[in-house]
Amino acid sequence: MAASVAVNQSTAPGAAAKGAVSIRNVTKVYDPEGVNVMAVDDCSMEIAAGEVCMVVGPSGCGKTTLLNAIAGFHSITAGEIHLDGELLCGPDKPLAEQGADRVVVFQNGALFPWKTLRDNVAYGPLVRGQLSKRDALDKAAQMLADVGLAEFAEKYPGEVSSGMARRAEIVRALINDPKVLLLDEPYRAMDELTKSIMHEALLEMYDRTRVTMFFITHDLEEAIFLGDRVVVMTTRPCRTKKIVDVNIPRPRDYHLLSSEAFRLLVEEASEAVHEEALKAFTAGERELA
Amino acid sequence: MLNNGQGASLGVRAGRMPMFMARIYRRLSATGPYFTLLGLVLWVGTWWLLCEVFSVPRFEKMPGPVVVLSELFSPQPFLGVSVFTEEYYAHMWASCRRIFFAFCIATGVGVPLGLFMGWSRKFRDYTFPILEILRPIPILAWVPLAILMFKGFESPVIFLATLASLYVSTLNTLLGVDSIDESYFRAAGCLGSKPHHIFWHVVVPGALPFMFTGLQISIGVAWFSLVAAEMVSGDWGLGYLIVDAYMNNVTVPMVIGMITLGFVGWFTSVLVRIVGDRMMQWRTRALAMENR
Ligand SMILES: Nc1ncnc2c1ncn2[C@@H]1O[C@H](COP(=O)(O)OP(=O)(O)OP(=O)(O)O)[C@@H](O)[C@H]1O
Ligand SMILES: [Mg+2]
Repeated sequence: MAASVAVNQSTAPGAAAKGAVSIRNVTKVYDPEGVNVMAVDDCSMEIAAGEVCMVVGPSGCGKTTLLNAIAGFHSITAGEIHLDGELLCGPDKPLAEQGADRVVVFQNGALFPWKTLRDNVAYGPLVRGQLSKRDALDKAAQMLADVGLAEFAEKYPGEVSSGMARRAEIVRALINDPKVLLLDEPYRAMDELTKSIMHEALLEMYDRTRVTMFFITHDLEEAIFLGDRVVVMTTRPCRTKKIVDVNIPRPRDYHLLSSEAFRLLVEEASEAVHEEALKAFTAGERELA
Repeated sequence: MLNNGQGASLGVRAGRMPMFMARIYRRLSATGPYFTLLGLVLWVGTWWLLCEVFSVPRFEKMPGPVVVLSELFSPQPFLGVSVFTEEYYAHMWASCRRIFFAFCIATGVGVPLGLFMGWSRKFRDYTFPILEILRPIPILAWVPLAILMFKGFESPVIFLATLASLYVSTLNTLLGVDSIDESYFRAAGCLGSKPHHIFWHVVVPGALPFMFTGLQISIGVAWFSLVAAEMVSGDWGLGYLIVDAYMNNVTVPMVIGMITLGFVGWFTSVLVRIVGDRMMQWRTRALAMENR
């Protein structure tokens, strides 16, 4: 219990922010059987500590590739990535080590189906030997209760709705007090109603923890509603095309969606995205021809 | 608390009946058992018509259900075995004991082998080719070697049943590990797992569904090769009962042996499934939610 208090303090608003990600001239070439696919080309991006950075771009442009490189799921071909000034991966070390300072929330959800929500959440602190079994389970139960999942703590992921599972998955990430949360289209398969509930829950969690987020999405409204900045990517190979600053104060709520400022930002971003999507489409047609 | 979901769905129709009453009520009101019964009646009826009523050519040699059942349940069986003779149970016991040993050895070796093969690329490269070469050799081809290698009646028979069952459990466990979604490994990795955590928390539980399907098949295969082995080498056992009846030119005990094998084999595979469902509560409960 003592540990949980300490964590909450260190992540309270105003605490020393952490989790600045610096992506410098990163290139990634996939090489399956000699066919070079350049997924990311000389991409640079600075994500400030505590920032919610939303990444949008046409399908297949290399967003997941970038995220996987940060998480340490695969290597990069050139460039370097730093986290809080420390080198994650670079020329001499193409593959970043996987670690609980960068936790990923997956597109299709990756809660272990064979563990209850509570065991899932307690997993990280347990395997890292950070908390005793008892403390880990207590803290997991409390954190689940904080997001309104108290009565589902003993359920298996297959028994709860996808929205609840996704919320539990974010809790599973946050219990480790990560520096960066890497989210790969976490709400893609959800209906609008569930999505809006998810957004509010996420914003609420963010207001409590101020964790840096690298959030990939296809949904521009989602991007602007949640983000501090929206980075629009070019079609493959992936580079930053445009950065839209979202100067809307937090805490935000759903009234924002109908405001004029919001509409203008969506329009601005959507123009850039549309242009790239069109390029991707015609490029695709050329490949087919 | 744990059984909330199931309890609630039962409670809908059964009101405030105690749990076990509710369960019986649901069993009786389900259509499944009646269809099963109907299927059984149709099947035995066809057998009866073919053998005893019309004596269709080729079936006249085969004893019909009436003859077989009256022998099976007769206190003084004409041809030696019935449910009232000790001999019947001795045969059954001999086979069951061998299956027990064979299945335990095969599972104890095959499951860890499959898990390691799935987990470690290198280990798989060492072992998989050998397994693939040994596997197509029919169990019956091993019989002479087994008799030479092992003394007595028991060990060669157990060896053969073990061998057959081993391949199935190993391969299915391996397949089970392969079936685990990559994202679970990645999730475990980014939560700070060491390799042994991944083995115990991802590889083992993730492989369980395929593994238990494999174990159900493997116990069937064990029966299959056990009986073949008992027919060649043995003094007791259901396979021996069948071949002994054949030697003595009596067909009824033969069919009794076959039917008994069917029931005992079915029972053992149900046991395996029950153990599997127990160990995979997460799956059982999720499937129950989908009303399956
Ligand atoms: N393992 C791989 N081997 C070869 N090519 C790959 C591999 N993974 C991805 N690619 C290619 O790299 C490009 C970028 O893929 P990536 O998954 O990063 O795109 P994305 O922006 O996440 O797309 P989406 O929005 O559809 O998720 C794609 O063209 C894809 O075909
Ligand atoms: Mg992607």
